[in-house]
Amino acid sequence: MALLQISEPGASPDPHQRRIAVGIDLGTTHSLVAAVRHGVAECLPDEQGRVILPSAVRYLPEGRRQIGADAIAAQAEDPENTIVSVKRFMGRSLADVANREQLPYRFEDRPGMLAIATRDGVKSPVEVSAEILATLRFRAEDSFVDDLFGAVITVPAYFDDAQRQATKDAAELAGLKVLRLINEPTAAAIAYGLDNASEGLYAVYDLGGGTFDISLPRLTRGVFEVVATGGDAALGGDDFDRALADLALAGRAVESAHDKRAVLVAARAAKEALSDADSTELVDALDSGELRVTVTRQQFEALAQPLLAKTLSAVKRVLRDAKVKPADVAGAVMVGGSTRMPIVRRAVGELFGREVLTNLNPDEVVALGAAIQANQLAGNAADGEILLLDVIPLSLGLETMGGLTERVIERNSTIPVAKAQDFTTFKDGQTALAIHVVQGERELVSECRSLARFELRGIPPMVAGAARIRVSFQVDADGLLNVSAEELTSGVQTAITVKPSYGLGDDEIANMLKDGFNSAEGDMAARKLREAKVEAERMVLATRSALAADGDLLPATEREALEARLVLLAAMDGDADAIDDAVKALAEATEGFAAERMNRSIARALTGRNVSAL
Amino acid sequence: MRLTDNDFQLFGLPEQQAQVRADIDARWKSLQAEVHPNRFSAEGASAQRVAMQWAMRVNEAHQRLRDPLKRAAYLCELRGAPVQAENNTQMPTAFLMQQMEWREALDDADGEAALTTLDDDAARAETTVLDTVQRLLDEANDAPAAASQVRALMFIQRFRADIDQRLAALDA
Repeated sequence: MALLQISEPGASPDPHQRRIAVGIDLGTTHSLVAAVRHGVAECLPDEQGRVILPSAVRYLPEGRRQIGADAIAAQAEDPENTIVSVKRFMGRSLADVANREQLPYRFEDRPGMLAIATRDGVKSPVEVSAEILATLRFRAEDSFVDDLFGAVITVPAYFDDAQRQATKDAAELAGLKVLRLINEPTAAAIAYGLDNASEGLYAVYDLGGGTFDISLPRLTRGVFEVVATGGDAALGGDDFDRALADLALAGRAVESAHDKRAVLVAARAAKEALSDADSTELVDALDSGELRVTVTRQQFEALAQPLLAKTLSAVKRVLRDAKVKPADVAGAVMVGGSTRMPIVRRAVGELFGREVLTNLNPDEVVALGAAIQANQLAGNAADGEILLLDVIPLSLGLETMGGLTERVIERNSTIPVAKAQDFTTFKDGQTALAIHVVQGERELVSECRSLARFELRGIPPMVAGAARIRVSFQVDADGLLNVSAEELTSGVQTAITVKPSYGLGDDEIANMLKDGFNSAEGDMAARKLREAKVEAERMVLATRSALAADGDLLPATEREALEARLVLLAAMDGDADAIDDAVKALAEATEGFAAERMNRSIARALTGRNVSAL
Repeated sequence: MRLTDNDFQLFGLPEQQAQVRADIDARWKSLQAEVHPNRFSAEGASAQRVAMQWAMRVNEAHQRLRDPLKRAAYLCELRGAPVQAENNTQMPTAFLMQQMEWREALDDADGEAALTTLDDDAARAETTVLDTVQRLLDEANDAPAAASQVRALMFIQRFRADIDQRLAALDA
């Protein structure tokens, strides 16, 4: 680890080494990009000075697109080709989408994830999200007139593995290097906690356009420890709009795509008006004739009640998981545009027995927290480090005999986490084993989400129950799962590693990349070389600082060999593949050194001594 | 300090059942502050990989140490008396009667108040058994007897989980 450098407040130690890292809130309704500039996190505006990018993509003829406000403006005229709230479809199959017949899209069912037919061809939710992310990436690159080092992307805490993987795929497709996926309420807690110098246990109630999270972070001197998290990945402002639209329609049938979209747009406007007014008129010119209905706040709140009750029961569940009472919570922080509804604030305030905290911009706080984390992950933060200890929202397990779930990793386990469980064969001479990975809290596999299926083959024939098959689960710091299995007896080891099937394959991403954002071949090559050089530079810098700090752990000859390697790598240019290989070789050569340094770090932490005392 | 150290060695804590939760959490955070992959994100893949291994190991140890039941089971195993809950159901005899009474009470319980009362009852029993386990491990050094008590604790924990599910069903 490099020694901490101290520089003038706001100034980076070496402007040439400062890396541009951004935080992106990829929301159902709105998306934002933020970065730390001059020591302060701020949302980056577009050319018109707007920080919010509506999460909408319209596919126009000849491969052109409109993204953001322009797409929103056209959503009712061109509903089939204008995709809004695409986040609700990430990592979901068609059967997962409630009320789909009331949406104006031409859905296509595909294994793993649904797709939407547009005039520009069939689009996966990952591609649509990538358009939004790429727009924000270009905005950030224009703001800094520089390439981005990487991005932290936020996801709802309650997103399952498939939804996280889909989000990461979208970011890669948009040409972003993902430094980390972090949970939206955790990002909000970072921004809120650092802003208010808060300590103690907080509740972050995050009701967005399409998702709901409740998270309980404990804040202590730069450590953000999530104690428990819960929510509903398909509950948000959109559902309040739907309820209001249904009330206004009063059973009147809606046939055309235009009407399906238009009535939702009108409902949303009415909902927003009712946050301030006691009554409003929901008006819209539908193809099937004018719609004009007066709605009172009282009527709306009656409609909102069941949705609200769902969120409150999730809050109670999380309090029970954390083994705390509402009174133990120092404050309830409101995040997400939907917490502007007075009924939401009132109900959450009543549950916690105190006024809710609304002293931050519910639209921006998530992106700001992500930017702070991105800045730190890029190695720019000179002013103290923050440590995030987040958890997985849903238990992970395997299918066993009779369609039952065997939990391997419990929900609310701190990530990264690894756990192995041993299984055995059912029949004499069984040489293969089907492994089905699921996520969820239910006993029955059919009621959990299926993440991946794979087979372990080549088990030596044995009597039933003699084989020992160890299945290992690993959830990394992004909350993404990897599963491997091996047979342990008789020296035969068959191992297989799978990534859950909802994500796109590397080939698929490569293909989309070719068709999409980097179409010209020359661009691809230039980009590849630039990326290889950035990575090489990163490795050289990191290794140099590691040698400066802990070089004494290596024998002089090894150290010299490593330094020679660094000089060679730093001078390489022109051939991206050769640079990649050299980076890989350097990584392998420093593996042992990295382990030794880690051991030294641990010893240091345990003894509580600082560097100078060692 | 090695990845293969036992949980107590890793956390620099005495190898005994009696522990202060705040100390365990403080050790956990200071260890994670050193090893978490986020600290090495600006470095190469090898550092990331080693960091992830360590962070997982530290989380695993924390999970076991912070939970008195898991901690006791772990100590029994370290001292050669593994709990083996799957194929050993031997429990203190007086406890078997208690089990049956509770099961009946749970079947009859209707409403939040009755369930909460029952949970309070089980929580008190849990505390008593935990005290016994601690005495058996830290003073009497009788790991096999402690293992038997740990099996009783596992029952109580499952029982409380069932109560919890019933409470959750009321909320839904």
